[in-house]
Amino acid sequence: MPGVFVLQETPEQSDFMSEALETIEEFVQSDYKYGFVSDIETETVPPGLNEDVVRLISEKKGEPEFLLEWRLKAFRHWQKMTEPKWPNVEYPEVNFQDIIYYAAPKKKKELASLDEVDPELRATFDKLGISLDEQKRLTGVAVDAVVDSVSVATTFRKELEKQGIIFCSFSEAVKDHPDLIQKHLGSVVPITDNFYAALNSAVFSDGSFCYIPKGVRCPMELSTYFRINAANTGQFERTLIVAEEGSYVSYLEGCTAPMRDENQLHAAVVEIVAMENAEVKYSTVQNWYPGDKNGKGGIYNFVTKRGICKGANSKISWTQVETGSAITWKYPSCILQGDNSIGEFYSVALTNNFQQADTGTKMVHIGKNTRSTIISKGISAGRGQNSYRGQVSIKKNAKNARNFSQCDSLLIGDRCGAHTFPYIDVQNTTGQVEHEASTSKVGEDQIFYLNQRGLETQDAVNMIVNGFCKEVFRELPMEFAVEAQKLLGVSLEGSVG
Amino acid sequence: MTTETQNPIEPCLAAHEKFADTADGPGWLSDLRRTGITHFTELGFPTLKQEEWIFTNVRPIQEHSFLPATKPTSSIPAVDDLFFSELSGSRLVFVDGHLSHALSKFADVPEGAIVTNLASALETHPELVEKHLARYAKTDESGYSALNTAFIQDGAFIYLPKGKVIDEPIQLLYVSTDGDSNTATLRNLVVAEPTSSCKVIESYQSAGEHAFFTNAVTEIRVDESANVEHCKFQDQNEESFHIATIQAQLAKACNFTSHSISTGSRIARNNINLVMNGEGIECTLNGLYIVGGKQVVDHHTLADHAMPHCNSHEHYHGVLGDRSRGVFNGKIFVREDAQKTDAKQSSRAIVLTDGATVNAKPQLEIFADDVKCTHGATVGQLNSEAVFYCRSRGIDEASARRLLTHAFAGEIIERISIEPVRERLEELLWDRLEELIEQ
Repeated sequence: MPGVFVLQETPEQSDFMSEALETIEEFVQSDYKYGFVSDIETETVPPGLNEDVVRLISEKKGEPEFLLEWRLKAFRHWQKMTEPKWPNVEYPEVNFQDIIYYAAPKKKKELASLDEVDPELRATFDKLGISLDEQKRLTGVAVDAVVDSVSVATTFRKELEKQGIIFCSFSEAVKDHPDLIQKHLGSVVPITDNFYAALNSAVFSDGSFCYIPKGVRCPMELSTYFRINAANTGQFERTLIVAEEGSYVSYLEGCTAPMRDENQLHAAVVEIVAMENAEVKYSTVQNWYPGDKNGKGGIYNFVTKRGICKGANSKISWTQVETGSAITWKYPSCILQGDNSIGEFYSVALTNNFQQADTGTKMVHIGKNTRSTIISKGISAGRGQNSYRGQVSIKKNAKNARNFSQCDSLLIGDRCGAHTFPYIDVQNTTGQVEHEASTSKVGEDQIFYLNQRGLETQDAVNMIVNGFCKEVFRELPMEFAVEAQKLLGVSLEGSVG
Repeated sequence: MTTETQNPIEPCLAAHEKFADTADGPGWLSDLRRTGITHFTELGFPTLKQEEWIFTNVRPIQEHSFLPATKPTSSIPAVDDLFFSELSGSRLVFVDGHLSHALSKFADVPEGAIVTNLASALETHPELVEKHLARYAKTDESGYSALNTAFIQDGAFIYLPKGKVIDEPIQLLYVSTDGDSNTATLRNLVVAEPTSSCKVIESYQSAGEHAFFTNAVTEIRVDESANVEHCKFQDQNEESFHIATIQAQLAKACNFTSHSISTGSRIARNNINLVMNGEGIECTLNGLYIVGGKQVVDHHTLADHAMPHCNSHEHYHGVLGDRSRGVFNGKIFVREDAQKTDAKQSSRAIVLTDGATVNAKPQLEIFADDVKCTHGATVGQLNSEAVFYCRSRGIDEASARRLLTHAFAGEIIERISIEPVRERLEELLWDRLEELIEQ
């Protein structure tokens, strides 16, 4: 447990504190870098949701019968559901009839190569720092870029195909590998799972699909980049990752959106299936537009992510860095069904200004000797509200299951909040569950120490916060770790507790 | 069954109508009871869908027809065999929810202090009762607390004026019998004015075998620099149901300690809520539950740090055997401006059999930045290294486990400062643990 030291306030320190307050002010005002809008022609359907819209989306994508049926089933179920109210977040009611459920960058014809991608779009991705250019092999990351719910480009496909790896947009997968889709779609997150998962199942427009065949170790990081561009649209994408026996894949996900005054909805579903001895590592750096400093605008990020360790000795590891979105509400979960399977969850969630986050994980231990680790770091600043909500459930037959949870919160400023809601449910005597949580602020003495070593207060805070998040950052792949550190650095510019 | 369609709250409403007509008490009390029944009508009984009740199903309580008894029962149980009966000091015995004068004894108290039952206090000190009754506990917290308010009739009333100290522990003994009534509604009120001090033992026990329903609310007001130690012991028979709330309103620089020992009842729910309304408060919450069979024991605690510079320390231990279920939900709230708060919470449970379940939810909600808050929860078995150490010293495995389980429970018992109570509890828990381990 990290110790917290409290010093008596001395005159010098109150100077120091006022300086701290100024820097907090600065922090609160730091800007969102990705807020531009690209002028790309889009094709949209009228706002609103009914069976016809679902049919229209399905038709536009030329989907097989089974998928349309599946969507309609989800839609009918969704109509019977009510919006969940239990998360510790507050927002005005979403009018689901005001949302545009399908918006795609207009394509004139099928793209034969990347050169034909709309130059405006490529410029967008260049601005975001994502290279769609296959020549830049140095980065060594295969990217699937999704703009306004539609996949626009996927890189490195040929190379991956040689090993039998399928990495493409969801719509292509539906056309080329319908059997795989039919087998796995909804097997981890059924359409009835929750309100937003049902909505996503009815209207999802695209996403990524990834299939790693038996015994293959994916030679490069796979990555999806999500971008909301059009106004008033909701982004509903669906990611499905299937790792066959003995395979390995590391998957990255990043996201940004323009600055707009109205709130936009993002309701995605991610499903992961890991067979015997397979390992999937899923990393997210979420940087949707968080709204301005008065809490206006921003993305509602309501996401369902779940993986199932189906086979013995399989492993699923979630790592997330959540710095964006007006509201983040997601619980990447693991169902540990196979014996000896492992689930991991590493998370850094930062809320600033009026951002709210209710995030955490669920670890369901079903198989024998299953193990799970949860490390969650919440940072609240400004008027941000940060909640950790997690469930560890050890079922009757989960002999020798083991869980370790640690959730630490760091508070910067005195108008923010940190909350912890862990649920522990143990039904087996051999199960061992440990939960530990602490809340602290950036210690004045810690900053003082770094100051007297010649570091600026700002650098000191960055250093302390990075140290606080270290356990999570080291789980991220290299490229992402750098991006995540930079992101936190930008968001924390000048902040002192 | 065709009776399914009947709303389970209806018998209670009907009973209340009858009760309201005949019940004694001043006008404000009738109003209070009416508020209670109105809240109850709105709330009904809790269901599994309510966040506060998701782990504890109260359906079995509704399956019995428990109606609040309005008249004292005629039976006089033998209380001398019950726990703590040998303690000196005042002893108030409530049989099926009403004070039994024959069984109670009143020791001398300092001038101005009052130790009596609520029904008498309403006659002798109505203004004091009016000033404090139902001012601290919410009547709309749950259907049960609303129901309790609706049927307020008797309970303990303890009042300490400024600076008065009662050294001997005040014993409140609640006995349920197999008499004509099967429900007790109890409302206790403890008011400790500045710098006063007292120790209160609430113990709930059964003299009968039948199912019995206890619905108790204890309101405790601790004023500036006062000191109150409250010990609640619940060991009713395994057919019984027990729902209790302790609401403590704490003022500047006071000291409050609560112990909750729960071993009995089929379903036992304890809500312990502390509101820290002043600076420099020290409070401690200890809890121990040892259950087997199909028992369910549920503790919900809330430490509400509304003001800066307060400390709260919470330790709960549980031992579960057979097919029992233990629930722990501990909340710590640190309000904006409640800086320099030091809040600790730890919940540990040992599961002896595969059928037993633990649901723990240690919850922190923090709105201030200069605070020290930690919570920890563990569920599991005995430390295998500790068992190994004992074995290396020549103690066989069964004995080692027994020894360590006793030590685990003992950690909570030894925090009770009232020595005779501690000794009696140690004996009792030793037997209970033996029974559980034998199974």
